[in-house]
Amino acid sequence: MIDLHGYGPRLAEGALITLELAVLSLILAVILGLLTASAKMSRSRLAHGIGTLYTTIIRGVPDLVLMMLLFFGGQIGINQVTDTLYDQFGIDLFINVNAFVAGVLTIGLIFGAYMGETFRGAFLAVDSGQIEAGRAYGMSHWLVFRRIRFPQMMRHAIPGLSNNWMVLLKTTALVSVIGLSDMVRVASEASKATREPFTFMIIVAAIYLLIASVSEWGFARLQKRYDVGYGEVK
Amino acid sequence: MESLMTWLEAQLADNSIFTLQTLGYYGEGLATTVQLVALSLIIGLVLAVPLAIGRGSTHRWLSLPIFLYCYVFRGTPLLIQLYLIYYGVVFVEGIQETWLWVILEEPFVPALIAFTLNTAAYTTEIFRGAIKATPRGEIEAARAYGMSRGLMLRRIVLPSAFRRALPAYGNEVIFMLHASAIASVVTIMDLTGAARFVYARYYAPFEAFLFVAAIYLCLTFAILYLFRTLERRLLAHLRPAGG
Repeated sequence: MIDLHGYGPRLAEGALITLELAVLSLILAVILGLLTASAKMSRSRLAHGIGTLYTTIIRGVPDLVLMMLLFFGGQIGINQVTDTLYDQFGIDLFINVNAFVAGVLTIGLIFGAYMGETFRGAFLAVDSGQIEAGRAYGMSHWLVFRRIRFPQMMRHAIPGLSNNWMVLLKTTALVSVIGLSDMVRVASEASKATREPFTFMIIVAAIYLLIASVSEWGFARLQKRYDVGYGEVK
Repeated sequence: MESLMTWLEAQLADNSIFTLQTLGYYGEGLATTVQLVALSLIIGLVLAVPLAIGRGSTHRWLSLPIFLYCYVFRGTPLLIQLYLIYYGVVFVEGIQETWLWVILEEPFVPALIAFTLNTAAYTTEIFRGAIKATPRGEIEAARAYGMSRGLMLRRIVLPSAFRRALPAYGNEVIFMLHASAIASVVTIMDLTGAARFVYARYYAPFEAFLFVAAIYLCLTFAILYLFRTLERRLLAHLRPAGG
């Protein structure tokens, strides 16, 4: 058996944090991605401009730099706001930027831009006749979105979504740098303390591979579900 | 040059953070980042070509290890790979007595090894896809001409595969530039390292990180422009007529 020097439970907690972080960021990224895709497809010049600016900037700057900007800068920014509130209105407020929240916000914000591109392509791939048919049935915009555009869009979006999820999962490793005790941080602390980097780093790498393999299987099943009606003739 | 420096100094006179000294840190950081990224991309590219050919081999003993290498390096975070090499290299038996230790002691070389292995794995997959997409007729034609396997690879398969791989490889280059930011974690003074230093010294996160973000943005646009120009030249035959 591998000797973990008592780091086993902390490593398990770290793995849970990694997973929570990844799932919460994914949810935020999907919501932001849908909003961005709608903004970029909108007729409004302003919405289009904001969407384009967002995706261009986010995709041009390293994740780690954005994370540090939001984490270190976020605290100072919030402090300035709360200080002003106190000086002007006497409202005493203290908000502490939590590393976990900063992690979710940054990763969600970064991958929202990538998801936006994925969803935009997928929405454009839906046959416009389908949407017209929905309108002809007297469906509202929202109903057309929910019953026709979204289910058909997902079929085209899943390969990109799965790809983004894999990259997102690996990006979560960066939160260890801003002080969150995810499994990478636990492993790097354990490596330094026990002087056995191989043991801990290989375990963490194996957990990442495991999560990636399981989600690959999950996405394949999801694809099958959304492909119903498009299957190959047997 | 002298007058430029005095002009710059005058411009920066009222600025407490962006002095000539801190701009110097950013400059050195830029040089480190560019070196690290360029070296790992070049070595990775050289490694990836034979690996991509081997990956498609019908011999399992050749293709399976390459597949596993790609799977592991693409499936785990680069940060883990960097830690593994950076912390692990000390524990290689007897390495501290050899001449290699002089260069391995610096964090630059372990980082370079990690980045190279990582980009080689991604590039192998990109080339693999491009080689697989070679039209069957081209291979048959090469065979009909009596070309050997090596000649066919050199004259027919690889040139067109490189062109097909160009857009995806451009993305990989940008990805590598962004990934190189984690070099700062193992105490390398790259661009991000310089920003972290300036942040820590002046406690000015917005100035330090927004400035470095702008530099990365410029580098990204430069790479995009380079690849777009390259694609226009090399993929001219694929453009729709009259377009």
